[in-house]
Amino acid sequence: MTNEFLPPGLALQKADERIMTLNVGPQHPGSGHMRIIVQIDGDYIVACDPDPGYVHRGEEKMAEYRNYITNIPHLERPVIHDSCNVLYPYVLGVEDLLGIEVPERAKYVRVICSELNRCIYTMYWLAIYGIFLGHSTMFMWPAGDRELLIDLMEKISGARVTHAHFVPGGVRNDLPPNFEEVCLRQVNYFEKRIREYAAVFYDNPILISRTQDTGVLSREDAIRLGVTGSVLRASGVDYDLRKKEPYDVYEELDVHSNVMKEGDSYARSKIPWLDMLESCNIIKQALEKMPKSGSVRVKLKPNPKGKGFDSVYKRVESGRGSLGCHIVSDGKVEPYRLKLSVGSFRNLIALPYLLKGEKLGNMPSVYWSLNYWPVEADR
Amino acid sequence: MMSTNTEQVTIEEKPAEEKPAEEKPVAKPVAKPVAKPVAKPVAKPVELPAFEKNISDKIVEKFGDKIVVSFVKVNRVGINVDKENVHDVAKFIRDELNYDHVESVSGVDYPQDKEIEVVYHIGSYSDPSLASQLIVLATRAEREENPIPGKDATRLPTLRDIFYSVEFHEREVFEMFGVYFTGHPDNRRLLLPEDWADLPPLRKDFAIKGR
Repeated sequence: MTNEFLPPGLALQKADERIMTLNVGPQHPGSGHMRIIVQIDGDYIVACDPDPGYVHRGEEKMAEYRNYITNIPHLERPVIHDSCNVLYPYVLGVEDLLGIEVPERAKYVRVICSELNRCIYTMYWLAIYGIFLGHSTMFMWPAGDRELLIDLMEKISGARVTHAHFVPGGVRNDLPPNFEEVCLRQVNYFEKRIREYAAVFYDNPILISRTQDTGVLSREDAIRLGVTGSVLRASGVDYDLRKKEPYDVYEELDVHSNVMKEGDSYARSKIPWLDMLESCNIIKQALEKMPKSGSVRVKLKPNPKGKGFDSVYKRVESGRGSLGCHIVSDGKVEPYRLKLSVGSFRNLIALPYLLKGEKLGNMPSVYWSLNYWPVEADR
Repeated sequence: MMSTNTEQVTIEEKPAEEKPAEEKPVAKPVAKPVAKPVAKPVAKPVELPAFEKNISDKIVEKFGDKIVVSFVKVNRVGINVDKENVHDVAKFIRDELNYDHVESVSGVDYPQDKEIEVVYHIGSYSDPSLASQLIVLATRAEREENPIPGKDATRLPTLRDIFYSVEFHEREVFEMFGVYFTGHPDNRRLLLPEDWADLPPLRKDFAIKGR
């Protein structure tokens, strides 16, 4: 291993009397499962080099050794709180390769699961964001309130986190009896509850003073860096795949995408919260429009396989932005190559850009506002 | 008696096998042009989605036989290009067709062809009419049997000077497949441990233990 490919924390460097190199992570609680190598001059960050890979598990390699059905439980591992959305592009891609049409009711069940999972993930992220800004209430409230939705997902799929509920051809099981009423009641309470967060967190002058005008990403730079999801929409680009490239039944639902123009940490942390309110709205619409009965799954033959050499790229809007799945099939029972293009990995490129010139004390608020999930970025 | 019986059976089977064989050549030329892009416009020009066809026509008009249109599907246009021209094609896609960022860069290993394919999925944020569109730009690098990542002939020109967003994606392809991107300012490891001394792990000849 030559010196040229090593990260700066390991490579030999010339000593400098002003610049100090600081390793934040991978054990530091503020960095997640990754290391951020920052070079500081006094209190100001002059350079930043993210070093992910501490939770790289080779999901893409594992997928080449398993057939299309046994790939389901391990592909959701990158983000266990958002497992339905991680499986979504994979399932859509396999359906495209096999040429299956999914029953109408299954599409609605998928949309409901996907939106519930988006809220569950975002609440977990919000809890972490709160605690790293020193706001203990914002850790306790979301961590407690997300239980409401986890209970709903448990009713649907039987598991509290890794659901493995989406399968090519529909969903694994139909909704339990009386689910619509329970879901509507829980979601209404949940919506009322998260509206209260505004008073304690988003309108809190301490939060505003810490996050406003820190880590500003302009619209042009957001497009140039190719960021996605809440980071992109906080910089004034109206791009939500649920509207721009609707999959399943999003075309029939009224989806509003939240856009803010500021591009600072405050906007980036507020967009996911607004998205949760929008998710509640979508769930209520889907519950109303969903066919009350019917099949939820097309049964496949054992060991489904594609028709010869083919490739497909499907993408959905996950809790962290666009999540794409590129499947190359060679007509065998396993995928020839499977690539997950995840929002966290795409947003990581913005981190060195945003931290340059910031104070070291602003690092947690900028870093967590990227809606970054290290396990997903590493895959 | 027994032997004659079996002979009769085999004789009867043979014409039955030949019949589908006669039918197959009729079916095959219909199926093959779908895979072979050159014959595609002749085979079914009507079914191609118009907007996507228009995009691929613009690229074909500019580059002619330097590129091959591998597929035209709804919202997806596939372009295959060799490594000498990939830089020019990407520049044309950005400047003339208004695409502005790369969503995904995947490497695909083809040991049987002695090549590694790198696939760029290029999208657009700034042009609302292209929001659902992706150009799938694929190019191939030479594959070495005993790779020395960064030092051997497995090289491609980088697209980082055209699309800034490929920076980390190309670093990932370099460590996972050993494709060195010439001109990339930062060809370091990203996800793998610093002391990794084995084959690039997503190549087909790197086998998982116990499988």
